[in-house]
Amino acid sequence: MPEFDQNKIQVKELTVLYGNESSLQSISLDVPKNQITGIMGPSNSGKSTLLRILNRLSDLIPNILIRGKVYLDGEDILRSHYDVNRLRARVGMVFAKPIPLPRSIYENLTFGPKIHGLKERRRLDERVEQSLRAAILWDEVKDRLFESALNLSGGQQQRLCIARTLAMQSEVILLDEPTSGLDPISTAKIEEALRSLKKDYTIILVSNNTKQIARISDKVAFFLMGDLVEYGPPDKLFTSPADKRTEDYVSGRFG
Amino acid sequence: MMHINPTLSQKIMKVLLWGLTGLTIGILFFIIFFIFFNGLPQISWTFLSSNPVDMGRSGGIWATIVSTVYLIGIALFFATPLGLGTAIFLTEYTREGLITKIIRFGTESLAGIPSIILGLFGFAIFVMAFGWGWSLLSGGLTLSTMLLPTIIRTSEESILAVPREYREVAFSLGVGKWKTITRVVLPSALPGIMTGIVLSIARSVGETAVIIFTAGSSLRFPESIFESGRTLAVHFYILAREGISMSMAYGTAAILVLLILIINISAYLLMRMFMKKFS
Repeated sequence: MPEFDQNKIQVKELTVLYGNESSLQSISLDVPKNQITGIMGPSNSGKSTLLRILNRLSDLIPNILIRGKVYLDGEDILRSHYDVNRLRARVGMVFAKPIPLPRSIYENLTFGPKIHGLKERRRLDERVEQSLRAAILWDEVKDRLFESALNLSGGQQQRLCIARTLAMQSEVILLDEPTSGLDPISTAKIEEALRSLKKDYTIILVSNNTKQIARISDKVAFFLMGDLVEYGPPDKLFTSPADKRTEDYVSGRFG
Repeated sequence: MMHINPTLSQKIMKVLLWGLTGLTIGILFFIIFFIFFNGLPQISWTFLSSNPVDMGRSGGIWATIVSTVYLIGIALFFATPLGLGTAIFLTEYTREGLITKIIRFGTESLAGIPSIILGLFGFAIFVMAFGWGWSLLSGGLTLSTMLLPTIIRTSEESILAVPREYREVAFSLGVGKWKTITRVVLPSALPGIMTGIVLSIARSVGETAVIIFTAGSSLRFPESIFESGRTLAVHFYILAREGISMSMAYGTAAILVLLILIINISAYLLMRMFMKKFS
């Protein structure tokens, strides 16, 4: 199947139920490689549910029922015997609230790689520097790598969380409203980092901020109450949407 | 009807509550002062480092200190892994349900059993059935059943206090469940767990009836855990009860009180460390 060449992730007829409540209804969506795919929609539209399924953090949710297929490089990741720890190393997640572990900046970044077997000090140092540079945080923290990550500002903490995912040498980065609690300047820095990261990573960004989605996405999906209403290039969705509901949402009539 | 205006009733209650609080603190300080006043003059390096002579009429309390340390060491050696394991299981490996309710009810009930009943159990099982006789091992094992509920409850609380997000972060980095527990959850919960352990030590230091029942009260210096031994609290009890030597009894009591003060202060410091971590 040659389409895997351009599509990092393929979601096929994914339906998710929490108990009796439906969260996603038969979603199909191809996520292109090395691009930023923006997902927007009001709360409870199923955006975060989709993200959590892509790295199987959904396993932690009790009473969740998942039907359909999700492929990562052509591999079905919802298979019951799939190695979730390897999957999560490949598909990193950045949460809405920046959550540094209560350790030093350096240890935050090396925690994952060490558990996955990287022991050599020199290579760990390399990873730390590379991922901090890629997350545009290096210059701000290079002199205090061994200080607690909790002393960083909110925006720095969130970039540290992005760097933590990069340090895993993941292939996909999922971001769940990563700038929702940040000021405009911190937000701009994160957007800048994401733009430069897409040449090496596939990025999926969930955001309530339609302007942000419009600014940095290569493709945009609009979710509403568990349905994928529209999916396409941002120009199309923001200027001539095919669906009335998309138009209402992007013009700020609800949401 | 008599009418008291609000400002006056406010004043009366304030004075009354101050008085009650003062009384409580006063009683505590009086007890400590009384023990120290009578006991501290007895304490010297020889008192601490020499073994009791003539039933404890002279000499010191070294053997009883060693017995106390042995007993608590044995009790913690068994109660800590058991209690911590149970707490990890209850918090991380089960969802709240009938089984966790039953286990929790069980541990709470264990906490409610009068210690002398546990002493009888220890006597019947370890001393008699297992044939270990009155020994530090029998006493330590019995003591560990007493400590379990405290260790389980405090460990559980400190594990639950670790933010759920830390676990999500670890999982999202592909760190498995067990590694998440050992590398993320337990290090964060450690001061809280330690507080529970330290408080349970304070509780066992003062225990007497159970110990006499299971570890006996031999005054000889314990050469191994299979021998009988007399703890500080038991020594104090026997010195006072049998009227052997009141001055020696006060000296021992002062050491006991000092020990418990030190233990409680360190528990408090650990707790503060824990609170600081998450605020």
